[in-house]
Amino acid sequence: MTRYVLKRLMLLPALLFLFSVTVFAIVQAPPGDFLTTYVATLASSGSSISAEQVEALRREYGLDQPVWIQYLKWMENLARGNLGLSLEYQRPNAELIGERLVLTMVLALLSFVFTWVVAIPAGIYSAMHPRSPVDYVLTVLNYVGVATPNFMLALVLMWGAFAYFGVSVTGLFSPDFVEAPWSLARVADLLKHVWLPAVVLGIAGTARLTRVMRANLLDELNKPYVTTARAKGLSEWRLVVRYPARLALNPLVSTIGWYLPALFSGSLIVATVMNLPNIGPLLLRALINQDMYLAGSILLIYCFLTIVGTLISDILLAWLDPRIRFEGG
Amino acid sequence: MSALAPAVSVTAEERVSLASSWRLVWWRFRKHRLALASAFVLLALYLVVLCPDFFSTQDPEATEARLAFIPVQRVHFFDGGRPGPWVPDVVGKRNPTTLRMEWRIDESRHIPVRFFVSGYPYHLLGIVPTRIHLLGTAGADGRERLYLLGTDRLGRDQWSRLVHGTRTSMTIGLTAVTFSVVIGVLLGGISGYYGGLADSIIQRLIELLQSLPTIPIWLALTAALPRDWSPQQVFFAITVILSLVGWTTLGREVRGRFLALREEDFVLAADLAGASQRRIILRHMVPTFLSHIIATSTLAIPAMIINETSLSFLGLGIRPPAISWGVLLQEAQNIQTVALAPWLLIPAAVVILSVLAFNLVGDGLRDAADPYSQ
Repeated sequence: MTRYVLKRLMLLPALLFLFSVTVFAIVQAPPGDFLTTYVATLASSGSSISAEQVEALRREYGLDQPVWIQYLKWMENLARGNLGLSLEYQRPNAELIGERLVLTMVLALLSFVFTWVVAIPAGIYSAMHPRSPVDYVLTVLNYVGVATPNFMLALVLMWGAFAYFGVSVTGLFSPDFVEAPWSLARVADLLKHVWLPAVVLGIAGTARLTRVMRANLLDELNKPYVTTARAKGLSEWRLVVRYPARLALNPLVSTIGWYLPALFSGSLIVATVMNLPNIGPLLLRALINQDMYLAGSILLIYCFLTIVGTLISDILLAWLDPRIRFEGG
Repeated sequence: MSALAPAVSVTAEERVSLASSWRLVWWRFRKHRLALASAFVLLALYLVVLCPDFFSTQDPEATEARLAFIPVQRVHFFDGGRPGPWVPDVVGKRNPTTLRMEWRIDESRHIPVRFFVSGYPYHLLGIVPTRIHLLGTAGADGRERLYLLGTDRLGRDQWSRLVHGTRTSMTIGLTAVTFSVVIGVLLGGISGYYGGLADSIIQRLIELLQSLPTIPIWLALTAALPRDWSPQQVFFAITVILSLVGWTTLGREVRGRFLALREEDFVLAADLAGASQRRIILRHMVPTFLSHIIATSTLAIPAMIINETSLSFLGLGIRPPAISWGVLLQEAQNIQTVALAPWLLIPAAVVILSVLAFNLVGDGLRDAADPYSQ
């Protein structure tokens, strides 16, 4: 087990190196650089900048150097824990990303909790009462939930709230707290706003999880040991929760690590629609403006989270299912 | 009829043992009522994909600011007790303070909806020049208006735009999955059949691609597409980008199947009988899991559609003037606008309907794909 984990951990730097090259290649790929976009933006707003000034800026940002030197410089800074400077905001990237990253994680964790708290009981109930009206309703809801892209759900909810209740449900803070420093009141305000995006983000996952839980549990309920327990007179509820539910959960637990990174990525689109001060809109803007060090750093953070998530998932799986350990170890 | 007819009728059991595997799959699929109904929904949608102009009532690109935000004209099927579809007329009045045209439904004036009317010219299936459209109104002079799903902020007919968006989005889903299947079967097959170094390289590649955070990488890749590309180039690039990650799941599955089948007796028998490698793979191995691949790829299409819609909605996928479901939903980005014109959200319902249909058909196919079980 320890050997397996160590082996996987040793692969981590190699993977991160490969991803950093990929990410850099992608953010470098668009024709032109930040300054061409910048000049175009200035021109469209009516002002202009002289060619000499552009050249000076280009030298200052190091955009005139060959691509591989730019990459090495980025890497050198990263190794020192420095995420570089955003070309557009003229502020350190770490500062820009910091709070937004925390909010991204809070959102993902909350919708993760929502998913499990709703899906597991719903799945158990459906499996215990198959073909009952509630089971049918849940099945229909699940199909629709899986089929609805979360940004559409966000759009419909925002429209409903605005048209029928006259409230705007965008953002994560009330206007008073947007720029306020962290305090208990601000956290309370955050909790008042964050649940709706968390639910929107979690719906598709909830639907999928309910279906899987129902199917897994139905398989277990047909097994002889359940009949034995029932014959011995165990109450139906205890009977299900005690053994089959635990066994049905096993395969789901191993997907936790895979699901969390999916939530990080998924929140990107919802955040853009609902105007959440999260890492997603920042990435989108950085990509469009070719603010390449900012975009690169955010992409690399996503990669890192995904790798760590997969790692956790694999370790959990190896822990739950000993056969994998022997193969991989 | 003839004396040579078999004395005993073929029993159900014999029918099953004589049927080809495809027939068995069809028999099992047929039993899923919902899957069958969804298959018809998909057929209808792809019919629209084939000739969107025939189903349009207006030119989807025609803009007229005066005709902005016309509400949905509900279709009535009976006019005074007699069958005959009609829609109420819309009347526009300029608001004296905001100077904007405001349209409202006038139920007192009926506009009959006619079939096979003459409208804007187009080429049926891209070849036959014609002006015939399925639906329309008699007065081609513009006095009688027909907006089945209302108009957007530029006065474009949403029904016609939705029909054209359906073509792009449904095609993207299908082509991206086709790409994925081709790459997945090819690389997964090589990986599973030959093993060794090729297998290791392909497996590492799949692991690498699968541990990439897909949505951010897709965003970055689509943002990197040059702004001056033609709609066709962008369409092609998006398809490639979507299938870049999509093939990995299929590749793994195909590899697993090949690994298992390689040891089977019938493969050994074919090999000993002197069949060429190509024949063994294409004639003996692939057919055993083809129905499975079809089921898996059907289930992969809705994800592609959702991804394309999301990317286009963010302005990074299909770009106007090309029309896709995501592009249509961009019009609904502003909540104030949607509150004014809720019909702009209708494309979302179509997206959900098609994704639902694909999921149900895919589930039905997956259950039917293994005809020898039970």
